[in-house]
Amino acid sequence: MRSIPLSILLAAGAALLLAQHGYTPADAEEGEQLFIENCALCHGPEGDAVPGVELASGKFRHASSDEDLGQIIKNGIPGTAMPPGNFHEHQITALIAYLRSMAASPSDNTIALGDAARGKVIVEGKGECLNCHRVNGKGSYVGPELSDIGAIRRVSRLQRSLIDPDAEILPQNRFYRVVTRDGATVTGKLLNLDTFTVLMMDSNEQLRPFLKSNLKEFGFIDKSPMPSYQGKLTSGELADVLGYLVTLKGIEKK
Amino acid sequence: MSGRAFLLFLFAPALFGQVTFDRILAADQEPQNWLTYSGTVLGQRYSRLNEITKDNVKNLEIQWIYQAASLEKFEATPLVVNGILYTVQAPNDIIALDAATGRTFWHYSYNPSPKARPCCGHVNRGLAILGNTLFMGTIDAHLVAVDAKNGHLLWDTTVANAESGYALTHAPLVVKDKVIVGTAGGEFGIRGFLAAYDVPTGKEIWRFYTVAGPGEPGRETWGGDSWKTGGAPIWVTGSYDPVLNLTYWGTGNPGPDWNGDPRPGDNLYSDSVVALDADTGKLKWYYQFSPHDEFDHDSVQVPVLADLDWPDSSGQKKMRKVMLWGNRNGVFYVLDRATGQFLLGKPFGDVNWVSGFDEKGRPIRAPGKVPTVEGTMIYPGSEGATNWYSPSYSPRTGLFYVSTWADYGSIFFRVPVNYTEGRVYAGGWPKSHVPDGRAAESQRKDDEGHGSVRAIDPNTGARAWEFKMNDVTDAGVLTTASDLLFSGGREGYFFALDARNGELLWKATLGGVVASGPISYSVDGKQYISVTAGNSLFAFGLKN
Repeated sequence: MRSIPLSILLAAGAALLLAQHGYTPADAEEGEQLFIENCALCHGPEGDAVPGVELASGKFRHASSDEDLGQIIKNGIPGTAMPPGNFHEHQITALIAYLRSMAASPSDNTIALGDAARGKVIVEGKGECLNCHRVNGKGSYVGPELSDIGAIRRVSRLQRSLIDPDAEILPQNRFYRVVTRDGATVTGKLLNLDTFTVLMMDSNEQLRPFLKSNLKEFGFIDKSPMPSYQGKLTSGELADVLGYLVTLKGIEKK
Repeated sequence: MSGRAFLLFLFAPALFGQVTFDRILAADQEPQNWLTYSGTVLGQRYSRLNEITKDNVKNLEIQWIYQAASLEKFEATPLVVNGILYTVQAPNDIIALDAATGRTFWHYSYNPSPKARPCCGHVNRGLAILGNTLFMGTIDAHLVAVDAKNGHLLWDTTVANAESGYALTHAPLVVKDKVIVGTAGGEFGIRGFLAAYDVPTGKEIWRFYTVAGPGEPGRETWGGDSWKTGGAPIWVTGSYDPVLNLTYWGTGNPGPDWNGDPRPGDNLYSDSVVALDADTGKLKWYYQFSPHDEFDHDSVQVPVLADLDWPDSSGQKKMRKVMLWGNRNGVFYVLDRATGQFLLGKPFGDVNWVSGFDEKGRPIRAPGKVPTVEGTMIYPGSEGATNWYSPSYSPRTGLFYVSTWADYGSIFFRVPVNYTEGRVYAGGWPKSHVPDGRAAESQRKDDEGHGSVRAIDPNTGARAWEFKMNDVTDAGVLTTASDLLFSGGREGYFFALDARNGELLWKATLGGVVASGPISYSVDGKQYISVTAGNSLFAFGLKN
């Protein structure tokens, strides 16, 4: 459940955003109900339950215009789990209105975004972000890839990751530690764990398979390897980094 | 006389005759075949074959693979009759295969209406057979009869309206001269029912509504007109006791799923087992596992029938006809299957919604454990401590085996909801407490839910052993007369355990989710174990 009533959300920037797209708050309210009944089973109430899809970011992999969104709601996305929807035209309009309204939560609107060019310099320089992260072919493979992070994460979550990296570590970004029979310790990003095996990328960016039966110890590393940038960077620098991250939208289709 | 000639002599009537109902009733006497969904009408998924043993199971190897031309989950349990294996490729194609080689004899394709709207995939769980006729429920709520010799359609009966959300997904059950099916659609505000059809004609003989309506006992358990959209679907095959002439079926959730406000009352006969007279469909007794459910705790498990020594009122142990039930709500039950009397209820998974039972077996609810606007953490979570996956009971070990989701909860949310025909009627949703929870399968921590095969002593409900997995499981369980247990999970392993202590004896990597119940059969004296994984059906046998 979205914890803040829609009416309050709409009182702020959302109303303006909706107006830009030609929707009324009533459209969005109907859309919220439709979303909850038809979409939230897969997408989750925050629109973020499908990996790599963050509907509330206001950015969509397969759509930019409202017309694109309507086509996807109507026809689904072939080759994915997104099915065709059974909606009347006005319901599609309402769903689009709600999707647009999700992008305008007050917390995201109040986060300052600085200069993207300065942010890029910090990410590649003093921030040492590329020691772990990778952006458009540069940097390490061990941490989460950031090349499309602006398209799949809301600003508020990006900001939280910079300030408090332990607050939320997504399962696909978990780190793991194994000790082999001969006593060697290997840590890295966990790629696949099952009853019998461990697959990980070690700190040297090598893909490493292990059989649990050959290990002396194995287990999760609970703390994020990422430091907090609170205090390491000024608030202006943090804003610049955020300003850069939101521009990262993945590879352009040619 | 050669071994094969001797077998031919011994099984000649079975080999060349039709599948009579007497044969289905005595299916355990011809373990080379698998004549009904759970192996026998008792629902035990236990095979008397014993060529594959604890000593030689390590020599199992793939004999053949049938790759389905379907990307849908492969949930069907095959039937095997005299060397012919019949199964369903999703959504509704029947395939007849040589059970020894996997080669196809024939293929029948049913094209369901595009207006079908099943909640959870265009799946099918299998077939029933009687005489030379196969029966299949379809995703658009038809029941079809197909000639087992050539795959030609014999009749096609509309059971319910697919556009309203009705669908048939489970394997039908044949009892005497009738074929029984129930309807899925619990997320669409259907009114669930079970119906029996005349085998030669497909004409409906009786119908039992799983949501009590006007003039029926139980109507008072549905406030207002909520019975009209009460759900209580049926999507897993029931069982049959030939002496009592009762057929037993588990029913699913009341609608809407996660907000009970529109349906005040116990909501009979949702989340129940109903015992019906097989000739008339009249209700003999019921037991409701989860009155006024708001957690989608479908009781759509196979009712497992067994005869146990059970203490009577004076404490003397006497043979009792019981029913064993590992429920999605996390509790293991033993009921008297003649009367429905509650004999035992004990959690086999992690449970926080119930604190105990009154003397009649009604669950005593834990305070505050209901879906809320803010969300409430409930154990077991939305998929349940188990679900539709077939359990097994071995008369040799006396243990009940169930695929379990352990350490598993969900946050349940409630929202207002209105009914619109053909649309999801849910009233809330469950959410994982793991951030981005749906991506967590390959990086799962123990306290985020994991699979486990659990062995339960039905006399006490105590756990005898468990086999832990890292990921959760949708696999059914098979046991055999050599005390082997076969199952699998989402990780794509298929494995054999020692049914007496849970020790891992063998495993194979099948590369796809095992989402069906294994079976065993034999051809020319060679024992096979068959199971689906991903989009394929696999048959294993000992190395020659």
